[in-house]
Amino acid sequence: MWKWLHPYAKTEETYRLAAKLAPWLLGLGLLGMLLGTVWGLVFAPADYQQGDAFRIIYMHVPSAILSMGFYSGMAICAFIGLVWQIRTCYMAIISIAPVGACLTFIALWTGAAWGKPMWGTWWVWDARLTSELILLFLYFGVIALYASFQDKLQGGKAAAVMSLVGVINLPVIHFSVEWWNTLHQGATITKFAKPSMASEMLWPLLLNILALAIFCAGIVCIRLKNEIFLREIRRPWVIKMVKRAGEA
Amino acid sequence: MLAIKAIFKKEFTLIARGSAEMMMPLLFSVIVVSLFPLGVGPGPDTLQLIGPGVIWVAALLSALLGLEHLFRDDFQDGSLEQYLLSPASLTLMVTVKVLCHWLFVIVPLILVSPLLALFLNLTLNMYWALLATLLLGTPLLSLVGAIAVALTLSINKGGVLLAVLLLPVFIPLLIFATAAINNAALQLTWYGQLGIIGAMLIFAVAVCPYAISYAVRVSHH
Repeated sequence: MWKWLHPYAKTEETYRLAAKLAPWLLGLGLLGMLLGTVWGLVFAPADYQQGDAFRIIYMHVPSAILSMGFYSGMAICAFIGLVWQIRTCYMAIISIAPVGACLTFIALWTGAAWGKPMWGTWWVWDARLTSELILLFLYFGVIALYASFQDKLQGGKAAAVMSLVGVINLPVIHFSVEWWNTLHQGATITKFAKPSMASEMLWPLLLNILALAIFCAGIVCIRLKNEIFLREIRRPWVIKMVKRAGEA
Repeated sequence: MLAIKAIFKKEFTLIARGSAEMMMPLLFSVIVVSLFPLGVGPGPDTLQLIGPGVIWVAALLSALLGLEHLFRDDFQDGSLEQYLLSPASLTLMVTVKVLCHWLFVIVPLILVSPLLALFLNLTLNMYWALLATLLLGTPLLSLVGAIAVALTLSINKGGVLLAVLLLPVFIPLLIFATAAINNAALQLTWYGQLGIIGAMLIFAVAVCPYAISYAVRVSHH
């Protein structure tokens, strides 16, 4: 496994991999999202209580789950980068952060739109909403820290430390706001043994979660590719690649 | 041990001879707190209701204000570089600096907290809870804050960035501290919240010094 992973510490190999993966991930993700969303919005039965309004779940839950998932991904990159001193990981952090911030924002936005008809208000200071908002701030912090460094390697290390501080803090935030205030409904699909959701509603949701994850991974690949390209622009392999592209 | 004593002495001399800079955070927090009665109206009940949160937010902001000087002056005149070069443990030295920051910037704030409590009409019970949460919680501010300060050393305008980085991280502390004080207001026990703050502090004491010294090294890259 180490032998398989090791070449990707070199930016050149990662660039190739990201370039190769990106179109597949984007295409697959887009197809999956199209299927899942149409299935969820048109064919899934309406909720007996919330009517058609519940259908926003097909946007809300995937983005909310992935906003946290991408943060953990970022933190894992940060950890690997700091421990093994791998530059590619710092580039991955900054490729992931804006995507994660967007997902967090989508989750908050769709949540507000769902909250208006169901709770009668756009925003309440509820545990889940608050911790999601703080997650957005944490993403912003990492992005702002990285952006303010001239020396991008140093900036990458700083962003890595900050995202690890954030990830230690995340469970604390989660529990603190949980005990502080709660209105949001409980988890619906984490109970894998017996989901408290009808399977006709559940399948498009699971499909959408998977598809959005793949799609966002595709975006991260493109961002990573661009980041490597910009940072390594004076390296021989980049120059050679650009020249070859120019000739063709 | 010698290095620790020397750093402590240096910090103390700096404070003693140029105390105006260190008085700023203190003054700032007193002024911020006194703005609230003017802003929301001087009703004693309202003030008691918002008091714990206001005092804690003021403490957070003034700690941020003081944190900026924690490593910056040493970074600019090169003494931080000397710490890095010295054979003594950097981790230990930055811990001493953080301790000095807490002693000279935050402890004065804790000392004026009776005044702030008086301003905001807190009951005696609430004041004890406020004091306990401040005593346990503010070292956490210095420790965690120092990581971000050390990371942003080589950036020229680090002040606003520091607030963006740190305030979200301080939210749990704010929640637990104000929850403890609100419990005290209702005559309920508040040792649970205090215990959680204590646990966070112990964890921070164990981990933060290493993170701070790593961050100082990153800034000198």
